[in-house]
Amino acid sequence: MQLFDTVFYLFAFITLFSAFVVVFSRNIIYSAFSLLFTFFGVAGLYALLQADFLAVTQILIYVGGILVLLLFGVMLTNKVISVDIKTGTVQTVPAMMIVAIVAGSLAGMFYSTWKSVPVPGPLAMNTTTKSIGEMLMTSYLLPFEISSVVLLVALIGAALISRREGKA
Amino acid sequence: MDTFFNEFFAWLPNVQLAHFLIVSAVLFALGIYGIVTRRNAILVLMGVELVLNAANINFIAFSRYSAINLDGQVAAVFVIILAAAEAAIALAIVLNIYHRFHTVNVDDVSNLKE
Repeated sequence: MQLFDTVFYLFAFITLFSAFVVVFSRNIIYSAFSLLFTFFGVAGLYALLQADFLAVTQILIYVGGILVLLLFGVMLTNKVISVDIKTGTVQTVPAMMIVAIVAGSLAGMFYSTWKSVPVPGPLAMNTTTKSIGEMLMTSYLLPFEISSVVLLVALIGAALISRREGKA
Repeated sequence: MDTFFNEFFAWLPNVQLAHFLIVSAVLFALGIYGIVTRRNAILVLMGVELVLNAANINFIAFSRYSAINLDGQVAAVFVIILAAAEAAIALAIVLNIYHRFHTVNVDDVSNLKE
């Protein structure tokens, strides 16, 4: 077992264990904070896959942006005075069965077909940021521009939706 | 059966594409479980984020293991952009629901109008 494999199992364990806590914790604050470790673990997996730019982007946007936004949502939508931030679950048994079937069949499919996947040679140790930037400006220019418009529309829409009524 | 286990234990420490795909499959399943069982809208959003991360792991793993270009990574960049937009809009809607109904329980919010 080489260092790569050990680090992979470390990050996979961090990711999956904290995702378990996110899904099964009764306390929504615990869920939100273990989502932090899920995002860090996923960023580590990206780094292992030699996607350095995406690993940093993952931490910047997910941890720095989306998670903080979710925490704001948690804090603003719970009555802090009543300390009632536990949340219920519904239909756990059928959901668990279906989800176990889905995960098991996917994992079994991946395991049974792994031999047909070519093993890659070692990639050159250069960074991907420059190449991704060039691709965004050449072959992916249209989706790039559209996504900037999407972000603008989402910004305006979020500000418009969350404004209190009657103060227009 | 013995050969299966021998093969499995030889496969286990030799990390390659299938390992990443299986991690992402389990992450996807956990996200789906969170979406369907949780009643708090914020926790449903967290499940959506888990599913998006699982999809991103797949994109990047395939980009690393089956191609020599970075198309998969660019697709993952777009997924992250859309996830950010989705989180902002969804949180705004949830806050609006909370102001209107005084709850974020998705089972209680079933009216189009008050």
